[in-house]
Amino acid sequence: MANPSGIGASVRRREDKRFLTGSGTYTDDINRPGQTFACMVRSPHAHAAIRGIDTAAALAMPGVVAIYTGADMAADNVNGLPCGWLIHNKDGSPMKEPPHFPLARDRARHVGDTVAVVIAETREQAKDAAEALVIDYEERPAVASAVKALEPGAALVHDDVPGNLCYDWHLGDKAATDAAFAQAAHVTTLDLVNNRLVPNAMEPRAAIGEYDRATGEHTLYTTSQNPHVIRLLMGAFVLGIPEHKLRVVAPDVGGGFGSKIFHYAEEAIVTWAAKKVGRPIKWTAERSESFLTDAHGRDHVSRAELALDKDGNFLALRVHTVANMGAYLSTFASSIPTYLYATLLAGQYKTPAIYAEVKAAFTHTTPVDAYRGAGRPEACFLIERIVDKAAIELGIDKAELRRRNFVPKEAMPYQTPVALQYDTGDFAKNLEMALPVVDYAGLAQRKTDAKARGKLRGIGFATYIEACGIAPSNIAGALGARAGLYESAEVRFHPTGSVTVFTGSHSHGQGHETTFAQLVADRFGLPIENIEIVHGDTNKVPFGMGTYGSRSLAVGGSALVKAMDKVERKAKKIAAHLMEAAEADIEVKDGKFSVAGTDKAVTIGEIALAAYVPHNYPLEELEPGLDEQAFYDPKNFTYPNGCHVCEVEIDPETGVTEVVAFTAVDDFGRVINPLIVEGQVHGGIVQGIGQALLENCVYDDETGQLVTGSYMDYCMPRADDVPSFTVQYHEDQPCTHNPLGVKGCGEAGTIGASAAVINAVVDALAEYGVTHIDMPATPQKIWQIVRQATPAMAAE
Amino acid sequence: MYAFAFQRPKSLADAVTAIGAEEDGKLLGGGQTLLPTLKQRLAQPSALIDLSAVPELKGITEAAGGLTIGAFTRHAEVAHSATVARVIPALASLAEGIGDRQVRNMGTLGGSIANSDPAADYPSAVVGLKATVKTDRRDIAGDDFFTGMFETALEPGEVIVSVHFPKPDKAAYAKFRNPASRYAVVGVFVAVFGSEVRVAVTGAGPSVFRLPSFEAALAGNFSAAALDGLTVDADGLNADLHASAEYRAHLVGVMAKRAVTAAG
Repeated sequence: MANPSGIGASVRRREDKRFLTGSGTYTDDINRPGQTFACMVRSPHAHAAIRGIDTAAALAMPGVVAIYTGADMAADNVNGLPCGWLIHNKDGSPMKEPPHFPLARDRARHVGDTVAVVIAETREQAKDAAEALVIDYEERPAVASAVKALEPGAALVHDDVPGNLCYDWHLGDKAATDAAFAQAAHVTTLDLVNNRLVPNAMEPRAAIGEYDRATGEHTLYTTSQNPHVIRLLMGAFVLGIPEHKLRVVAPDVGGGFGSKIFHYAEEAIVTWAAKKVGRPIKWTAERSESFLTDAHGRDHVSRAELALDKDGNFLALRVHTVANMGAYLSTFASSIPTYLYATLLAGQYKTPAIYAEVKAAFTHTTPVDAYRGAGRPEACFLIERIVDKAAIELGIDKAELRRRNFVPKEAMPYQTPVALQYDTGDFAKNLEMALPVVDYAGLAQRKTDAKARGKLRGIGFATYIEACGIAPSNIAGALGARAGLYESAEVRFHPTGSVTVFTGSHSHGQGHETTFAQLVADRFGLPIENIEIVHGDTNKVPFGMGTYGSRSLAVGGSALVKAMDKVERKAKKIAAHLMEAAEADIEVKDGKFSVAGTDKAVTIGEIALAAYVPHNYPLEELEPGLDEQAFYDPKNFTYPNGCHVCEVEIDPETGVTEVVAFTAVDDFGRVINPLIVEGQVHGGIVQGIGQALLENCVYDDETGQLVTGSYMDYCMPRADDVPSFTVQYHEDQPCTHNPLGVKGCGEAGTIGASAAVINAVVDALAEYGVTHIDMPATPQKIWQIVRQATPAMAAE
Repeated sequence: MYAFAFQRPKSLADAVTAIGAEEDGKLLGGGQTLLPTLKQRLAQPSALIDLSAVPELKGITEAAGGLTIGAFTRHAEVAHSATVARVIPALASLAEGIGDRQVRNMGTLGGSIANSDPAADYPSAVVGLKATVKTDRRDIAGDDFFTGMFETALEPGEVIVSVHFPKPDKAAYAKFRNPASRYAVVGVFVAVFGSEVRVAVTGAGPSVFRLPSFEAALAGNFSAAALDGLTVDADGLNADLHASAEYRAHLVGVMAKRAVTAAG
């Protein structure tokens, strides 16, 4: 009988009860004895010299424990926050890496840059004293746009970074691409912007620093997706604390979407200051601080050119992108518009030649780094938009043009011209599954019906592929990564047969406590209640790289499988001993170890007991205990892919777009928990729709002030902004190189959705001569298009 | 938040006394604007006089051929009141479209109109329905109540007790909401009283205003078509990230037509 909690079962998320009933333990829920509170003093200016900070009046305020500035950190030899990925310029020289000190030293470089910290007995006292701090700022000119930052004469963010250019990087074969363009029957050109986003995790960032004078141990509780990475970066690079004296705990974390990968200034500040004041220090971001200091996402300006032959076959793709890094390099910022973006520019297509240039610019804005999808949505948006534009220009059906250019499944494994090798994928199947679901044949009638209701209806496709399961360490290292990207797991059977799994992955909404437990339940035939998943504490779990890039199941799950393999190998030996049989004769199924051809069998629980109470046990050959650890380093990336189809209706009188239907057909390889996968896809789609229609992070280009600094102006998608989704998947293209055959599903929705939505909007507006609209396609923007086009149409 | 004194009077008289005694006191209704303002340290009142326990400010009653609604009536109560739905359904529908569920469960009628936010929904109903604002000391005609952006005819220490809405022959409210905040980018309240038609616009300008040209056109022919060709001057209208003055001017026309159609 199949295990009701095994692989493929839609087990309800075990963690949700505590999340939904307010019994989770988030960082801000933790209170340490003698705890003080920190208020970070933020620059109100986008760019200013800090000429002096007078702390006297503030120090005299009630309850103030200490006030520190950049000078105090400099005196303690605190270093800057490191960047984890080195990118090389076209000429081979390294990128510019100006220091990013946790507390600014002489210059504030974006609104919200941390200039001082006030520590007091209460939160309110810290805020009161922060207001009494006298900071002598000398305002300087600022630049917010990456394109403008690269123009001659732009205000410099860092004096030693000429032209604000972090790097000028490229990928692909320029000569072959140029040659293909020279031969092309048709060239489609598209200028587009991938709008900047604020991540908006539900739980604001928080951190508690603590120092134990007796043991010399530091503890940091923090809202992190990867506590070991924080321990490594902060301990080894910023504060110089040896790892055996630094514990980092990431307890329940309320959403990350990438923004909680990075090592942030506040973590280093509270850890460092806790030792100085001799008391724990808690800092919790207010929502306004989250807007100003959580690393933002996207912010690309690109020109794309697609060369085609007369039959619509893609010959070459040429891309030039300017990416905004913000004021400093966040932890993985440099890798996002390069190795997580340009390497995906082949998409699902067999385009033989691709060349991409990426210039990364510093600006006086919040740092930009990975946000759900991280480079891959930008690539997908660019490809899927230009493919649609080419289809319109050539008069070829949009589904047909894609079909004509798909990499066929027979070509797998397929080496793209931009470094990646896809292992599996049946892109035509995704599309053919989707077309009847969306009733593509009935589209013309739906458009006519909509017209009769005064609405404009449009359809949009996005056939996306992404690279997940980050990453083979040796490849990542060769490309500039300053870390390995394996994952760890430990499977600890207890004497009575229950199991604790320690994973280096981190769950902050993904449902690992359910999915990972299903893997163990399935393997050993155990009820899921007997399995506990532990994560998020560097003192408990083996060194792990954490959760991002849809990697947890593909990499962390694979490590868990390897650890279970080791358990099973040992258990077989114990079983053979217990049943006085040869190890070769032991058969294993659903946690039952039996002797082939007999009815003799023992369960994994009996084996565990024998291992911990080794009275009848092969002690001369085997150690007691049943507790195995494994690390897994992936052989390749995984390549989730799919076909997203969106239908919209636009009200031309108001410019409002309604998403009326959204269908996703995905290939995630093997699916462990369909319920969780569907939830991940739903959430991802909503974020993609958010980017396409609602969300936009806007800076004032003159002052560098964040215009959309609250939910009054920054529009998050709500339930009534989206329709019910149709989500389907198939499992006949499992990943070929990890033991579970899984590909990852966490970011797919976001990667496909924004392109599908904008393609649908452009299709709906086709009669107005629209060929592109930048995100977000707001009502005002669409109204302007309609208004400008209407007189021309009337004149025809 | 800065520190402040907190009082919760149990009667209207006590509330009036309490606010009168404070140098810089603030009346607290549902707190949907005031509390975020305090949390951001953008205001520093000496005291908050919480009106939630004042019985005279509560309740929805059918009176004088219309509705009298207490100042401390929450939006959700108006939205879900069978009395409101029967007497002036347009008012229930307006209340159901304010903010989100959390805001509607806290925000109050009196708090909304006293704040006179240019993008609030209720001012359009107060003006469109010829309402009378009753305070602890006088009656103020709806037309005279809103005097500018965040400004009203209220005197220092004056407490709104209730608002009386006459029953129109028909009425409707059409709103183009800000997708982020869900305030009105443009909201148009249309009401018919015999031969008189009122068109009150919120969101578009510094304060709620009427559109005499629309009213005249509709008085002769109460149909959306009657508004064809009528335009609104963008000059002086609000402009922000979400809507230019020209877009707002256009939306006033669209929402007015939709309100007329909805009123039937």
